[in-house]
Amino acid sequence: MTLSDHLPVLQVIVPLLAAPLVILLRNGFLAWLASLLTSLCALGLGSQLTATVLAHGPQHYHVGGWAPPFGISLSVDAFSALLVLLISGASCLALAGGRLSLRRDIDNRRAPMFYGAWLIAVAGLSGIAVAGDAFNVFVFMEISSLATYILIAGGRDRRALSAVFKYLIIGTIGATFYLIGVGFIYMMTGTLNFDDMAVRLEGVIETRPVVIAAGFITIGLALKAAIFPLHVWLPRAYTYAPNAVTVFIAACSTKVALYVLLRFNFAVFHGNLLGHSELFSAFVIPLALSGILIASLVAVYQTNLKKLLAFSSVAQVGYIALAAGLTSASGLLAAMLHMFNHALAKGSLFLCVAAFALVSGDTSLKRLQGIGRRMPWTMGAFVIAGLSLIGVPGTAGFISKWYLIVAALEFGQVGFLLVAAIVVSSLMAVAYLWHFVEGAYYGTPPAGESSPMEVSLPLRCLIWVAALSNIFFGLFPQLPLALARSGTSALLQGGLY
Amino acid sequence: MITSLLIGIFLLSLLVVTALAIVRASDLFSAVMLSGIYSLLMALNFFLLDAADVALTEAAVGAGVATVLQLAALRMAPATEARHRRARGLAVAVVVVSTLLMIYASFGQPTLGDPQAPPQQHVAPWYIEKTPELVDIPNIVSAVLASFRGYDTLGEVFVVLTAGIGVMFLLGGGRGKPFRGLDSQGEDGLQEHLILKVVARILIPFILLFGFFIQFHGEYSPGGGFQAGALLVAGLILYALIRGERRALAVIPPRVLLWLSAGGAFLYGSVGVAGMLLGGEFLNYSVLASDSIAGQHLGILVIELGVGMTVTGVLLSIFHAFAARD
Amino acid sequence: MKLLGLFNYWVFAVLLMIGLYTLISKQNLVKKMLALAIFQSAVFLFFITMSKIEGGTAPIFRAGAGEQVFSNPLPQVLILTAIVVGISTMALGLAIVVRLYEEYGTIEDDEILAMDRNA
Repeated sequence: MTLSDHLPVLQVIVPLLAAPLVILLRNGFLAWLASLLTSLCALGLGSQLTATVLAHGPQHYHVGGWAPPFGISLSVDAFSALLVLLISGASCLALAGGRLSLRRDIDNRRAPMFYGAWLIAVAGLSGIAVAGDAFNVFVFMEISSLATYILIAGGRDRRALSAVFKYLIIGTIGATFYLIGVGFIYMMTGTLNFDDMAVRLEGVIETRPVVIAAGFITIGLALKAAIFPLHVWLPRAYTYAPNAVTVFIAACSTKVALYVLLRFNFAVFHGNLLGHSELFSAFVIPLALSGILIASLVAVYQTNLKKLLAFSSVAQVGYIALAAGLTSASGLLAAMLHMFNHALAKGSLFLCVAAFALVSGDTSLKRLQGIGRRMPWTMGAFVIAGLSLIGVPGTAGFISKWYLIVAALEFGQVGFLLVAAIVVSSLMAVAYLWHFVEGAYYGTPPAGESSPMEVSLPLRCLIWVAALSNIFFGLFPQLPLALARSGTSALLQGGLY
Repeated sequence: MITSLLIGIFLLSLLVVTALAIVRASDLFSAVMLSGIYSLLMALNFFLLDAADVALTEAAVGAGVATVLQLAALRMAPATEARHRRARGLAVAVVVVSTLLMIYASFGQPTLGDPQAPPQQHVAPWYIEKTPELVDIPNIVSAVLASFRGYDTLGEVFVVLTAGIGVMFLLGGGRGKPFRGLDSQGEDGLQEHLILKVVARILIPFILLFGFFIQFHGEYSPGGGFQAGALLVAGLILYALIRGERRALAVIPPRVLLWLSAGGAFLYGSVGVAGMLLGGEFLNYSVLASDSIAGQHLGILVIELGVGMTVTGVLLSIFHAFAARD
Repeated sequence: MKLLGLFNYWVFAVLLMIGLYTLISKQNLVKKMLALAIFQSAVFLFFITMSKIEGGTAPIFRAGAGEQVFSNPLPQVLILTAIVVGISTMALGLAIVVRLYEEYGTIEDDEILAMDRNA
């Protein structure tokens, strides 16, 4: 076997095996450097994997040399490749941009443990994205969840602890529900492999347990993906996590749960359960719509910038869920595109927030008054990423909103209502972002803090690279479009594995 | 057949009663002890259902390790639950409706022990049929765990390592904060209790010996690296309780525990990488030796050792991290 | 007989819901962790029930035992992993509870929430 045959598994084991070595280091800086290099390596492998998938179609790997369904297989299609790129990219961005902010939050002696957990989180999330086996997804879900709890608990505020406890309880309930669903499917099919499940479910005459399975899996993953009203853990977890951690998890962690949700519902249930599309739409669309509207409204009234953006994330998860709930090819395309574009925008925004916090010390809107005049470069980048979040033409956010509107219009009479909701919520996004931007440019800074004070040049460059990528993928959306197109057709055709 | 079914129903009913008692107990010490009993009852049920490995693990983990950790946590937090009066109508309604739904769905499920049920048809018979030929160890559960689904087990080891990292990150230990709170009482342990001391002295060597037996005999009988690690830790915790934290830490210092935890997980992964370097897939043990069966045996031996190392290192680190905090 | 054969699944449902109810309604964090353990163990029972075959034995070959019927090893393997995941979650959760007590001086969820609101 050549090295390129091993790409799917390398994506997981490179960060995974680096973790035990990192926790043995004695120095926080070395641990950070090792994690950054490992993440860059993962990004390189991910790009290679993406190129291979786009050129040669889905890649399969039989761990241990045992063929599925007896052994565990890894299956990478364009959708998985998109996730892998998001995870490794977000990790690089957060580690590179978060060095100073992490040094403030995590003391040097505990830093090796922290970075070890970081790498395990990267490996766990990637492991879910490449998995072809339902139970293997559960194992890697738990790896990534436990590691994420540690990362969030690193926040300086004591509220990080109460937030993470809530997340731990809800996350474990979600994962256990998923496991119950997998158990019911195993009970009716005798297999754990996704592809094999899809085939063997066809022959199942008694569908009651399968419907129950679909319910458990959908609710469990909706908890993990923070689909409204199951999002209660998200705003506080994002707000009180260390700033660099928020950059990382806001860009990819809910998306991975959404990925599994789509994979199960479309590759496994879609073709086999009578009336599944209607049921899925009826369940997801109302929740997604109320999530989009209510979370956007709540965001308008926030007094902390991180919490404001966290509620915006709940709304954005709603967009992705809404697109998927349309259960059409164009809907899935929009969902995948929006996963990518929202990760770009939110990653950049939270990176700017981390930079603001370095200067002002805290992220409450009151303390950030006048920050736009003190940090013009960072603020400029924030505005660009914010425009992408709103969906202004020329930015990446516009592309996915456009595809979402097209997909919604195909959805029959309610399509217009959906479009209206999308437009209204985009205006609300203008409102909540303006709420901060206005104060940042025109407000009076807290006493004694009016001198211009930018962050270091390399960090400013990184922030601008992140912000400009929102414009780049708005003008040249070929890569995410190609991945989403290929991912959609693989998901709907089934028989991928 | 009907007798074992009735015994099962009796044990399961006891299980429900115990669960309700745990929920209702406002003294948290009682709740924790009831949880230990609950786990033992659960283990008995697993044993009745032919899951010897699972029963052993549930007993060691649920009634052993979990109880120790819960007691350690209660040492630092109040041991009584505050009384609350609040409306729980909605929660009750949701829970009752869900229970009824699941019971309704159960009528479409295969009954207990049905040999024609789908789970017994597809993948499982293949494992039973092929294990002698492909892996050649008597314990099929070990074969599936270590080889056919070895990638999941690698994940499991990393879950344990992550928990260890988390506890050390939050409470200190490893190379983080130094262990603190080694007060006079902790130093002496329970030395002055003669009976405890004598009994423990007799017990500890046997517990450790049994742990090593489980570690290296896991291919033939129930057990393996995880259960062995849990047993070794039980023996070492007993030592720490009797001789005091400081003596226990002098015997195995935190730094060694950290190396043990990280080393075990890394060893497991290295076996997988060795398979790749020798021309197979990740975790393909067949290429490790000239004969594929010998390669499987070698691979399973080494990864079980890795599991045992990590579990021992992590669980002991976690115990010390809790014990040293006051 | 058919009904008795479903009893295990009913107990699974009941235990699961006892755990879930306690998680929702109880405020004490240690109690919540105990409830989480009950909740997870219900799923263990669910899987192990699936693995049982009538007249079967534990799936271990014994020398000279002749033809044997083995219960299904696969759910047992899955649950071994799940038990380990459960204890890992328990350890991390309890460590967080200890830290919460150090920071807030209480382990009642509603009191912590009230303190957070006033902060």
